[in-house]
Amino acid sequence: MLRYILRRILFMLPVALLVSFLTFMMVHLIPGDPARILLGEYATPQTVAALDQQLGLNKPLPVQFGLWLWQAVQGNLGQSIQLGQPVLQAIQQRLPVTAELGVAALLYSLILAIPLGVYSATHRNSLGDWLANVFSLFSTAIPNFVLGLALIFFFAVDLRIFPPGGYVPFNQDALANIQDLILPMITLGTAVVAVNMRQIRASMIEALGQDYVQTARAKGLSERRVSYVHALKNAMLPVLTIIGLQVGSILAGAFIVETIFLWPGIGQLTIMSILSKDYPVVQGVVLLSAFSYMAANLLIDILYAAFDPRIRLDNS
Amino acid sequence: MATPTGFQEKPETIAQPPAARAAQWMGRAWHTFVRDPRLWFGIILLLFIVAAIFAPFVSPYPPLLYHPALSAQGPTLAHPLGTDGLGRDQLSRVIYGTRISLTVGIASILVGGLCGTLLGIVGAYFRGWVDQLIIMIVDTLLSFPSLILALAIVAALGPSLINVTIALAIVRIPIYARLARGQTLQAATQDYVTAAVLSGTRTRKIMFRHILPNIFSPLLVQSTISISFAILDESTLSFLGLGAQPPTPEWGSMISDAQVYLNSDPWMLLGPALAIVLIVLSLNILGDALRDHLDPRSRDITRMSALMQE
Repeated sequence: MLRYILRRILFMLPVALLVSFLTFMMVHLIPGDPARILLGEYATPQTVAALDQQLGLNKPLPVQFGLWLWQAVQGNLGQSIQLGQPVLQAIQQRLPVTAELGVAALLYSLILAIPLGVYSATHRNSLGDWLANVFSLFSTAIPNFVLGLALIFFFAVDLRIFPPGGYVPFNQDALANIQDLILPMITLGTAVVAVNMRQIRASMIEALGQDYVQTARAKGLSERRVSYVHALKNAMLPVLTIIGLQVGSILAGAFIVETIFLWPGIGQLTIMSILSKDYPVVQGVVLLSAFSYMAANLLIDILYAAFDPRIRLDNS
Repeated sequence: MATPTGFQEKPETIAQPPAARAAQWMGRAWHTFVRDPRLWFGIILLLFIVAAIFAPFVSPYPPLLYHPALSAQGPTLAHPLGTDGLGRDQLSRVIYGTRISLTVGIASILVGGLCGTLLGIVGAYFRGWVDQLIIMIVDTLLSFPSLILALAIVAALGPSLINVTIALAIVRIPIYARLARGQTLQAATQDYVTAAVLSGTRTRKIMFRHILPNIFSPLLVQSTISISFAILDESTLSFLGLGAQPPTPEWGSMISDAQVYLNSDPWMLLGPALAIVLIVLSLNILGDALRDHLDPRSRDITRMSALMQE
């Protein structure tokens, strides 16, 4: 097992290096002097020269990349132009907000998708299966900013059940925090429900055709126990992979949902930074999202291998 | 896995005159079309395409014509989808917006799909270090969540529709590269490729005249799904203010404009929102149906790559 993990990490290193390089190059793709871009329009020639010196912007590109990477590894992602604070600090402050939204959306999607998927698989071609299919088609076709605005209109403007936006930290007012969470969570998680449901349905159908399911039935176990315990356990493995991929889409989706619901998370920070050309922040967010996405997928692969020994023993 | 259809055609079908074969093909296509209601969504798509091409003739007003006196009106006979905050006709703007969505969607898929397919075929055909290098590029691009990569590219290049198209094209490259690579690996083991190699056919000809036509179906199926994702992403970026700039009539930015009027005039959302949902829905359903008819074997591949694009 350790061998497998080490090998996976070893294979990731060149990709991680390339990811860092691409993120580093972002600022260099912008026409103009990088130091001036990093410091904003109103920087004096002196501060530009000082940053040139500090970041080694007068050195050749590969050397610059090395210096930048060395700083990044030590946790120095540069200084935000607009906020006047280190990029890493700005991201850390907003991370809990985005994490709360993302985790809630993922949990919401699984809580809905598991029973729906199992029902669709055990009642194939029934009315319920058909309805679930129609739901999944629609929910993947509705962009989350449209869904978010529609939810705000119905539940906040019209019915006044939930607030239209805003964020109260959990330790300040737990009830208000949860009220603030519901609509953004549904907005972000609904498309994910559809994807998970389809995956669970497909892998459940496959699992239900296997011999061990027949054995379980022959033993006289109830059909509910057969599908929820025996088949579902095996059907959840492919779902794991999908969840790994979803970490990326949930993160990107959170950016939009935060903008709509005025959540002070990483997404709002990023969009604001892009519009105000605060490039060090954008660079930092892009780098950290890529690395957390990679880490999530690595973790999923490791879990997968832990559950299914065939994978870690297969050397190809 | 792709079947070398060229070698399996029965002699009598080859001997038929082309007109008869075309008629037979049309007949079969019509039969399939009538029997599968999912394919009828193609008609909706066709309507969008017609609306886009003939926008100046089918839209009741010029999309930029503003009328401050008529601002934020509800649906009326004169303005079926109402007017926006500047009194511009929503229906006309939705119709013109079709042009942008389809152009950006199709252009980004054409560019990204071509580059990705090329990389995939070349990697799988030559193997060795070329393949390793291509895999590494693909893995790198896939390490970024796709919308965040698009955001980063647009941030670097600056907000505009052209840059959104470039960003969305780059985001699709790894998906096509993976698909084309997998398909080519399978096709390369087929007898017709061995036959072509042995008969001294030039490598470029083998790749593009022998292999490409045989892996085309899954790529086409992928493209209908990819275009719908590209349209969603493009409207998202424009909604955030990173794509189309005012006064361009574009669905995402129209919704962003309507956001301000959510309390007083919520119907302002309706036109652009329905347009996005309808076009994406049609493309997805059509893609599903095409996959079943053209390429039943690659169900799992296209499903997986569809998931990866989200």
